[in-house]
Amino acid sequence: MASRARHGGQAIDGRDLKGKAVISGLGLTEMGRIYGHSGGWFAAEAIRLAIDDAGLEKTDIDGLLVNQGMTPLPGMGGVDLQNQLGLTNLRLLSSMNVGGATAGIMVQYAALAVSHGMANHVLCVFADAPLREGRGGGAAYGGGGQQPQPRGMRGLYTAFGMFGVNARYAMAASRHMGMYGTTNDHFGAIAVAQRGWAAMNPLAQQREAMTLEDYHASRWVAEPLHLFDCCLVSNGGVAVIVSSAEGARDRKQPPVYIWGMGQGHPGDLNRAGWDIETQTGAPLSKERAFSMAGIEIDDIDVCQLYDCYTYTVLVTLEDYGFCAKGEGGPFVADGKLGPGGSLPTNTGGGQLSGYYMWGMTPLAEGVIQARGQGGDRQASKHDVVLVSGNGGILDHHCTLVLSPHPA
Amino acid sequence: MPEEHGWTEVATLVSDRDYDLPIPVADEASEPFYAGAKEGRLMLLRCSQCGRYRLPGRGRCVDCWSEQSEWAQASGRGKLYSFGIMHQKYHPAFAEVTPYNYALVELEEGPRLITNIVDCPNEELRTDMPVEAVFDAVSEETTLIRFRPRATG
Ligand SMILES: [Zn+2]
Repeated sequence: MASRARHGGQAIDGRDLKGKAVISGLGLTEMGRIYGHSGGWFAAEAIRLAIDDAGLEKTDIDGLLVNQGMTPLPGMGGVDLQNQLGLTNLRLLSSMNVGGATAGIMVQYAALAVSHGMANHVLCVFADAPLREGRGGGAAYGGGGQQPQPRGMRGLYTAFGMFGVNARYAMAASRHMGMYGTTNDHFGAIAVAQRGWAAMNPLAQQREAMTLEDYHASRWVAEPLHLFDCCLVSNGGVAVIVSSAEGARDRKQPPVYIWGMGQGHPGDLNRAGWDIETQTGAPLSKERAFSMAGIEIDDIDVCQLYDCYTYTVLVTLEDYGFCAKGEGGPFVADGKLGPGGSLPTNTGGGQLSGYYMWGMTPLAEGVIQARGQGGDRQASKHDVVLVSGNGGILDHHCTLVLSPHPA
Repeated sequence: MPEEHGWTEVATLVSDRDYDLPIPVADEASEPFYAGAKEGRLMLLRCSQCGRYRLPGRGRCVDCWSEQSEWAQASGRGKLYSFGIMHQKYHPAFAEVTPYNYALVELEEGPRLITNIVDCPNEELRTDMPVEAVFDAVSEETTLIRFRPRATG
């Protein structure tokens, strides 16, 4: 059992929050190489779709949380989006960014707000449009770390050619391989499993079959990462609406109850004895989320784990305790994450094969699975759905435990 | 705590080459680090209050929060914490040396430094292998600190 923090003599485990808030609406635009629209357009479209999905009116919306992608939305704190949409009675508004952990974290703050009467229906939205016609996806994300005249300690990244997020995650994966004997076959098993799921997701960008041989044949980006270890780049938008459980009764969609939530931000001291590369914030995040939900690891039916890279899935599985530290490779090697496997994971294809909407990708699929609306890819048992988010270079982690049941 | 170290030979590994890769220069916070490298010394900050080492550019000790520090010479020894082999051509200057390795070396004093590994084929790089500093004068102004495998025994 997770340890219970004490405050004023009373155990604090958040259990009184279980099931108090729900996800009542979900809006997904088209994803991928959809050109001709700004990030702001995708955000507005996702919001329109979410409100329609929930069966609400725009006047019902009294909270707006915005996560901007690589293409920033105009105005501070989402005010431009608010004004475009004519949302005139917001009790809560903010723009947030904790990288790929933001989506789940927005839902957490929204859940707190609706559980305590600060707002009734809070919209959480992510949108991005980094893809340009005739330009590769890598151009949108690859160049980080370059300086025209490199200076100081920061200049060492440029001097030694350590560019972009790929380089950093490659080093994290490499560390895990060196410590525990993890192999590219293990990473490949994750890529293949998720492609299997993507084939059943009409929104997925990559749906043609992939074998382990195909995985190995994909070009190196930064060893040990192949192209098929890396997420896609997508234009699109996703919005969810968080409502109080009472406020969402008898709505258009079955409510998805938020059973548990937590965050873990361990920080990176970048020195001996500190190994954020192979030990993420997931254990810290899991502790409160699972105690709030009153669940153990074996209770989880479906996983939606943040997958900017295959390695992120592997290390997250370990850090939640699905297997022992270092055994993530052998754990995934039998294909248990894929269709027909014992631990259905990233059932929409995730960000590797589905679409890359940061933390909204696992969250959206978590909502679909909890509702039982996954069609051909629906997990047969979906009473407890685990959703994780990850931001930065494994710096930030968040957890949501979702369920179709109130308790 | 490592003892103070003497002058280390400044290796001019590739002294007569044309060096076409980006060459960093010091900023105010890293000036003694860059100046030290030119003299064959790997310089770190040491907290005056608790004695912990840290990389230049961090004004405050993360342990005791003291802002007082002095420059101290590191041993130049460490181990290869992790590495990658870059294949993507993000920067035109690197096109000719791609694929190349980049690395994070954990110094004996604790901090981890961004660098690369020389005198070792990429296929032979191993996590936690012992390494030592090599001072590579890439221009009149700048000496880069690379690392090479270190024999232990
Ligand atoms: Zn100190």
